Amino acid sequence: MIGWTFIIVCVAILVWAAINVSYDKRPRLLRPLVVLTVLLIWAAALWTLIRRFTEGLGAVTGMNDAAPWGLWIGTDVFAGVALAAGGFVIAATVHIFKIERFKPILRPTVLTAFLGYVLVAIALFIDIGRPLSWWHPLVMWQHHSIMFEVTWCVILYSTVLAIEVSPVVLERLGLTKLLRLVKITTIPVVIAGVILSTMHQSSLGSLYLIVPGKLYPLWYSPLLPAFFLISAVAAGMCVVIVESFFSAKLLKHGLEDSLMADLGRAASIILFLYLIIKFADVTARDAWGFVLERRFQGGLFLLEMVGGVAIPAILLSFRKFRNLQRGLVAASMLVMAGVVLNRMNVSWFGMAVHDQLNYIPTWMEIALSLGFVAAGTFLFFLAVHFLPVLPSTKVESPLETTNESGAVNR
Amino acid sequence: MNKFKHSTEVGTFNRRHFLQGVLGGSGLAVISPASLQASSDIQSYAEVPSVLVDLTRCIGCRACMRACKDANDLPNDTDLSEGFPGSWQHEELRFDQWTVVNPETGCDGEGREITRNVKKQCMQCLEPTCVSVCPVGALTKSELGPILYNADRCIGCRYCVMACPFDIPKFEWSSGMSPVIGKCQMCTRKRLSQGLMPACVEACPTGALKFGLRKDMLFEAQTRIKTSNDRYVDHIYGEKEAGGTAWLYLSDAPFENLGFKSDVDVAPMPVLTWDVLSKIPVVAAAMAGLFGTVAWSLNRGEDDE
Repeated sequence: MIGWTFIIVCVAILVWAAINVSYDKRPRLLRPLVVLTVLLIWAAALWTLIRRFTEGLGAVTGMNDAAPWGLWIGTDVFAGVALAAGGFVIAATVHIFKIERFKPILRPTVLTAFLGYVLVAIALFIDIGRPLSWWHPLVMWQHHSIMFEVTWCVILYSTVLAIEVSPVVLERLGLTKLLRLVKITTIPVVIAGVILSTMHQSSLGSLYLIVPGKLYPLWYSPLLPAFFLISAVAAGMCVVIVESFFSAKLLKHGLEDSLMADLGRAASIILFLYLIIKFADVTARDAWGFVLERRFQGGLFLLEMVGGVAIPAILLSFRKFRNLQRGLVAASMLVMAGVVLNRMNVSWFGMAVHDQLNYIPTWMEIALSLGFVAAGTFLFFLAVHFLPVLPSTKVESPLETTNESGAVNR
Repeated sequence: MNKFKHSTEVGTFNRRHFLQGVLGGSGLAVISPASLQASSDIQSYAEVPSVLVDLTRCIGCRACMRACKDANDLPNDTDLSEGFPGSWQHEELRFDQWTVVNPETGCDGEGREITRNVKKQCMQCLEPTCVSVCPVGALTKSELGPILYNADRCIGCRYCVMACPFDIPKFEWSSGMSPVIGKCQMCTRKRLSQGLMPACVEACPTGALKFGLRKDMLFEAQTRIKTSNDRYVDHIYGEKEAGGTAWLYLSDAPFENLGFKSDVDVAPMPVLTWDVLSKIPVVAAAMAGLFGTVAWSLNRGEDDE
């Protein structure tokens, strides 16, 4: 009970802080309160970790044999990977399709994706039962397993992201030779990143192809991999919008309004595509009846499709709406929430047997998850502060990625 | 191929016949990922060691549960000295409890309420889902047939627990760094390979469990159904479920009424993910070509910037 109260208070404080920041208000209490909250969350997360590694997963999580995957996999990993999809989308836009307008947001986006994947890797390390064996998939191959493929893709793509993010560090350290080397490899690396992302984003959905008798028919579909990939692309773009908005507010630099609006428009188109395929899929499988058969799952399905997909898709399709900064951000947050809900529906609510949840997370699981989000945000601002991530942080070397900065150094 | 001819009588299993027949003098090669895709022809499925469970003959004495724990060095903590079959508390499969027998009450074909003792353990699928989902080959199909677990490879991802169509593998939730997955391995390492039948079958006092080749057990089951004047329901659970299993069940009440999973697909499960996985190389190559071409054509003429 104390634990849950703690979680609720922490979340309330963070939401309150976010609202204040987005309306440019800075109450004097804001900073110390947020710092204190984050420190407390980290303390709780540390406590959770210690107990997890000594007493086992059963001691700190609500997981059990009927629900072997909980919040850490279903939400932290599945949703985390989806929300980090902006990295490959923007990298492809700039480097493969040469739409250079998006260059100013490339670095922060790739940085976010990199941090996201680092956190996902740590979450996986904590969640697997035998963490010291984490390297086994690298040497003990079993290519019939989706899990094997996902592991490889995530490791390789994290490497790709490290390479993509490296110019930021190399520039700072002034290692021009290495920078030039990285520049030469940029395009092949980005292409590899796009392929790896396509593979593992969709494969996270494929993980559930094996449970046709367990996953509720509203979500179980042979198209699961496609749904996971498409929704991740849309959500990834929306993350870029939200993140740019908050970093502009906090770091007091300008927001590329037209770029953000374009991203919103692209997300809207993808969401409509998602809706159409989803509609066709449920119709083709004759599964609409399942909306009414179990009210709990049916309601969640409608909430996800209407609140997380249809409404933001419609809102973002209007230019006037897209040009309202806070409107754009609010709609993007709806998309993010929709994807998180979708991953929870697939991994948790949709796996419930007969209206009865097999699993309720403990407050400690949530504390660790919050700790991850806080750590990611903290690391992002730390990097932005010390490294040339944002175009506006350095006036004399404007707007570049590796390309031009290599030229400048020459 | 009469290797189990004598073995089908309880307690008179003949080691020499078993070894000659099943192993064919080739020695016992058990756990290597190479044997993961054990030959999938129908002939080999007919020859795997199999157990026929006749629910009408089980008295719920749980002798099999105790024998299982003794044979596999599992903690024997279920106290059966008090009470009688049917009065004992309900038992669940755990990582350290690989088989359970519980009375299940349900309606028979005519709507009468009956109670049958149902033994539960790994079904030993002929095309096992758990083996296909395990990312490191910790679960493998032995050449004898049963699915074995190797903790030294396991990373504890619990995908097998999630994916099993019969909800069999269980995880050790109370271990910090080295939990294991637990499930029945049909006594392959300690007994089958020595020419002995599984410990539970040997312990069964009523003949509710019968051990032999799968084709013989299927024949036995069909014979019992045909010659029993409609005593049994005309369904051998495990004959087709999940592509067929080595454990086969006979019952006089519909299986779904006794807690058996009735929604298990008849098609083998591993195909569901392999259909997607096997296409990945082609898709990846196509994407590399496509994006490579786009990037190359759009980036031309920029090298001299």
